[in-house]
Amino acid sequence: MIKIQSLAHQYHHAPILQFPDWEIKDAEQWLLLGSSGSGKSTLLNIIAGLLKPQNGEVILDGTSIYNLSTREMDQFRGQKIGIVFQKPHFIKSLNIYDNIAIAASLAGLPIDAKRISLLLETLGLAGKAKKYTEELSQGQLQRASIARALVNHPSVLIADEPTSSLDDENAENVISLLTEQAASSHASLIVATHDNRVRNRLSKEYLLS
Amino acid sequence: MNILKLSAKNLSRNKLTTILNIVLVAFGVGILSILFLASTQIGDKLESNSKDIDLVVGAKGSPLQLILSSIYHIDFPTGNIPAKDAQTLMQNPMVKRAVPLALGDNYQGYRIVGTDSSFTGLYGLKIAKGNFWNKDLEATIGSAVAAESKLKVGDHFFGAHGLSNSDDEHKQHAYIVKGILAPQGNVTDNLILTNIGSVYKMHEPNHEEDKHHHGEEEKEINNREITSLLIQYRSPMSVVIFPRMVNQSTNMQAASPAMESARLFSLIGVGIETLKWFAILIMAISALSVFISLFNSMKEKKYDLAIMRCLGASKAKVFCLVMLEGLMITVTGALIGLAIGHIALTLIGHFQESSQARLSGYYFLTDELYLIGAGLAIGIIAAIIPAVQTYKVDIASTLSKDK
Repeated sequence: MIKIQSLAHQYHHAPILQFPDWEIKDAEQWLLLGSSGSGKSTLLNIIAGLLKPQNGEVILDGTSIYNLSTREMDQFRGQKIGIVFQKPHFIKSLNIYDNIAIAASLAGLPIDAKRISLLLETLGLAGKAKKYTEELSQGQLQRASIARALVNHPSVLIADEPTSSLDDENAENVISLLTEQAASSHASLIVATHDNRVRNRLSKEYLLS
Repeated sequence: MNILKLSAKNLSRNKLTTILNIVLVAFGVGILSILFLASTQIGDKLESNSKDIDLVVGAKGSPLQLILSSIYHIDFPTGNIPAKDAQTLMQNPMVKRAVPLALGDNYQGYRIVGTDSSFTGLYGLKIAKGNFWNKDLEATIGSAVAAESKLKVGDHFFGAHGLSNSDDEHKQHAYIVKGILAPQGNVTDNLILTNIGSVYKMHEPNHEEDKHHHGEEEKEINNREITSLLIQYRSPMSVVIFPRMVNQSTNMQAASPAMESARLFSLIGVGIETLKWFAILIMAISALSVFISLFNSMKEKKYDLAIMRCLGASKAKVFCLVMLEGLMITVTGALIGLAIGHIALTLIGHFQESSQARLSGYYFLTDELYLIGAGLAIGIIAAIIPAVQTYKVDIASTLSKDK
């Protein structure tokens, strides 16, 4: 479960962003909506432990994440939070399998080869494990980034505009995979988007004005 | 997947740059290694060969040439001196031990040295097989001579005229190998020792053979010429008096091995010093090259590092990743450089004309670890700034900019 309380953040010379309190129960799936500049990415970064807010707290599975030390925060993020970015980014010197496996080792978890294979198969990438990122299409890379986000059985899966750079078919595939995989992993899902194709695909909405 | 493997994969992705940097480090370390090993070996050889020899007396000419020909056996003698005058010096009360040398012939490039039994005492020679020479035309050969010429005890061979390999053999008299020396680790490993009478006999084909029996050697010396005398003083006080006496009151020349070796080393030292600075310059360039490569790759790798942080890697781990990349290049370069140094010295030794001054690649110094240390230091210096930059990577803004 995630609780967001009294969150506020301000970038240099920009108006202060204030976020309404929010509670996300286990396995709930939320759309984070809002116009451009409303603070969707900022809020996702704060929930992911990537951006410390100037005020308020984020409690994930009973842990107030900004009370953790930097090292504890890194490990906590690696183990509990899966992140899918708008543009899938991978370590170029590693193949797809190693890019997913490294998510486990960097989080201090053992590499579960069976789970990686299962995820790749489920996401339609069974034959792509040994391929490098430049050999895959944008849609395949986005699916691989979902596999990487799910490999450590996270409590929460965060996706920031995961479909905005994809065509209709790939966008549909990606959103389906996100919802299905989050459900099967029993992870909470937060998808920040302004993509109309994704509207109505998730049960709950959180609107930033 | 540990960071060592990831560092290696990152480096292998930019093969050309990585190889170029490794080659630069390897060249620098290789040149330093060659200089290091060669100068140490030359220094050791100079020291071990001139040990216990206080003075060399020979014909007037270059004192360095006299030392090189009589102690290190790598140059031609300055001429000959009357054996009678040498005998007078040998009996001087300031002289503890005097070893006469008669040079002039070789066998397959190995010098044949006519001398007496005091030579064995001076160098502390030990026999591995057979015996020391006892009569004319008997020879005891050094361990390196035996190994390379395949001569065995009882074998016969002909000496050739001159001090370097030639076909002008003294066919009228053959030497017999009476013994093989145990390895001494000095110039005697490359010498063929016989008595002075044998050398005379070689150059006097009509000389009556029976004349030169054991015990008559001293008589020979008195009537002939020898090449030089190796002298050991009875007292350190003689250092000042004796050479001056020789130089001023005789037609001979006295040369101090210590002084001439120091002079030789200082002459070689100029070249060594120049090459050393050249190698250091190459290493500095390699450090700069590694730094530029890592620094430039940081722009490209910024997203990789941000993703790694996002996946749970600590700042320290990402810092270590960049440091490791620098260290892997320079340490690999240093190890390859050391190998190059040893291989190059083996090849140089193989093609060296003079077996007496032969350098060896199978020579290892604990000081070589400093070169690996230098490789480590260059890696640290080159990687530290790019690695520190990783601490400044703002994950959220880096990944947002990537949208």
